[in-house]
Amino acid sequence: MTGHRDRSVQPRPEPPLRARLRGVLPCLAAAAALALAVSAPAQAGTLSISCGALGRELQLCQDAVDAWSRRTGHSVRIVSTPNSASERLALYQQLLAAHSPDIDVLQIDVVWPGTLAPHLVDLSRYIPQAVVDQHFEALIANNTVDGALVAMPWFTDAGVLYYRKDLLEKYGETPPQTWQALTRIARRIQAGEREAGHPRMQGFVFQAKGYEGLTCNALEWIDSFGGGTVIAADGRITIDNPHAVAALELAASWIDDIAPLGVLNYDEEESRGVFQSGNAVFMRNWPYAWALANAEDSPIRGKVGVIALPRGGDAGHHSGTLGGWQLAVSRYSSDPAAAADLVAFLTRYDEQKRRAVSAAYNPTIVALYKDADVLEAVPFFGQLYDSFAHAVARPSRATGNRYNRVSAAFYNTVHDILSKPDPVTPQLQTLRRRLERLSRGGHW
Amino acid sequence: MTGVGATPISRLRRQRIRSAWLFLAPMLVVLAMVAGWPLARTVWLGFTDATFGAADRAQWVGLNNYVYLLQDPDWWGAVWNTVLFAGASVALETVLGLAIALSLNARFGGRGALRAAILIPWAIPTVVSAQMWSWMFNDVFGVINHVFLGLGLVDQPIAWTASPDTALLAIILVDVWKTTPFMALLLLAGLQMLPRECYESARVDGVHPVRVFFRVTLPLLKPALTVAVIFRLLDALRIFDLVYVMSGNNRDTMSMSVYARQQIIDFQDAGYGSAAATLIFMIIALFTAAYLTLARVGREA
Repeated sequence: MTGHRDRSVQPRPEPPLRARLRGVLPCLAAAAALALAVSAPAQAGTLSISCGALGRELQLCQDAVDAWSRRTGHSVRIVSTPNSASERLALYQQLLAAHSPDIDVLQIDVVWPGTLAPHLVDLSRYIPQAVVDQHFEALIANNTVDGALVAMPWFTDAGVLYYRKDLLEKYGETPPQTWQALTRIARRIQAGEREAGHPRMQGFVFQAKGYEGLTCNALEWIDSFGGGTVIAADGRITIDNPHAVAALELAASWIDDIAPLGVLNYDEEESRGVFQSGNAVFMRNWPYAWALANAEDSPIRGKVGVIALPRGGDAGHHSGTLGGWQLAVSRYSSDPAAAADLVAFLTRYDEQKRRAVSAAYNPTIVALYKDADVLEAVPFFGQLYDSFAHAVARPSRATGNRYNRVSAAFYNTVHDILSKPDPVTPQLQTLRRRLERLSRGGHW
Repeated sequence: MTGVGATPISRLRRQRIRSAWLFLAPMLVVLAMVAGWPLARTVWLGFTDATFGAADRAQWVGLNNYVYLLQDPDWWGAVWNTVLFAGASVALETVLGLAIALSLNARFGGRGALRAAILIPWAIPTVVSAQMWSWMFNDVFGVINHVFLGLGLVDQPIAWTASPDTALLAIILVDVWKTTPFMALLLLAGLQMLPRECYESARVDGVHPVRVFFRVTLPLLKPALTVAVIFRLLDALRIFDLVYVMSGNNRDTMSMSVYARQQIIDFQDAGYGSAAATLIFMIIALFTAAYLTLARVGREA
């Protein structure tokens, strides 16, 4: 690295030195030449971008970045970052705190804008409002912090319900519209299948390990019952309410009934392991499981249906937690305009369409959910449009830097509720007091 | 020493001491850089409100972090889990390791190959073996429940890593599986240093083998045993990878190191997390000192 730099920089100081000996006018000319030479690398310089490397992500990113490079003449370096989201955040924070220009374009999780906002460029200065308006409103709202658009949506995610079409058909059931119906159907099919010689059949698997995934799951239950999102957009702590109690009581009743006790330590992949090996009727998961459940070697290939997560009773509504990734530009980038142009290129219609068709990444542009090519590649995008458009955001914007603490306090409480027989209401009261202490009374 | 010609000897000694320091200096500098400086910085951060992203803007907060830490039930839960884990795993590993070392100390064909083979669990990276075991412990498709159900030992699959009652037990079992070979190896080395004569005279006197073990082997092995147990205790008290892979940040099984990591990385609270890390350091030092004192008292008695 330094060797390269030395070789390219060393010859340059020479002209002005010689020039100074000869006279003032050539000196000025040389100084101008030097200024040009120095500013030139910034114009056609190297940008760096961090892309995820899960599954086909890296290849998709590389292809798109190459296309942009050919158009603009900028060279782009892809920086590999840890796959684990929390470690990636830690790395970003270290780099950004040091005001490092090492990464120009950052791929950030949907819950990070509140935390990273002080280090990110306001993209609305570079990207026209009409382009921004093509994207889901909820995502744009999520990525807007104190009036600044700190990130552009790249792909989205929302919790969905997978079910076994063949089993539901066998028992003459239709896909459940409420959690109560899901409970009843799961119990019935689980009992029937176990009697029919399938002792390991489970009714419903989800993610209840004590981690961020449980926050996503529990938020869906509570929101679908009309119990709010733990903390309202204005920072008020709303978790201690009767709807939330009802939702969590129902969820607690699943453990060791329709859900195995082991679900208390399942993450996404472990629940998919149970479902995909044919051992569960229902599964809550992200859309990525669709392609895998229908892969060549999957025992349940062609037997899987996807619908929106159930409502919390007839008065409730469908809900799915918002996930997905955004692209942001670092404030310490040496060329924010070029970086913003790369972001605009990667998040535009054609590129999102390519990603959706070839790898089933959920677009964030509304119109793509009506695009014939996209719907042919991934049929359920159309049916689940509402789930993606109205996904419920975790309370990360209101809580900013303290979001991880809020989430940990929340999933620990929910984990206790699911794993221990104690009544729900007092535990939510304790959680509320804990959050009040954390926020100094709702002032995040 | 202070006889005739004291001056030349002391000059020689001075010279030797000087060159000894000269030879030691690079090592001391490296140690100060890689161990001393980070440790000092961690202790210092523990008295500030530094956040992970902005450690340079830290404010001095005195003992505040420690006051909060000592009031946090989660911290004490983590301490208790760690002590329980360390006590149980080191005790089991010592007993099993000693048994394996004794049997491997006997002469039989293929002993070299067997000695190498038992080291396999120790050679697998902890993250890999922890992930492997957590799949094996899975309640639905895990092989352990499959075997137990097949043998009729249980009539319901056990959710090993999910239930608060069995999660720590499962972690201890995996650690015993992984580290017993290491313990056995350390003790085997100790056994092979023991003087042959004691055993020969015991055999001539016709002493029962069990009596030989308790009267000859164990007392002679004690120095090696002490070192092995201290090694393992230090290691077990700072357990992180196994717990983190098998049950993440779950409060029921959280160890002290998992707690400190969560504070520093997940919660960005470098000051508070450093206070926890400093306390872990002190707790481990305390345990080591207590154990060494007990061992010395035992030896003198």
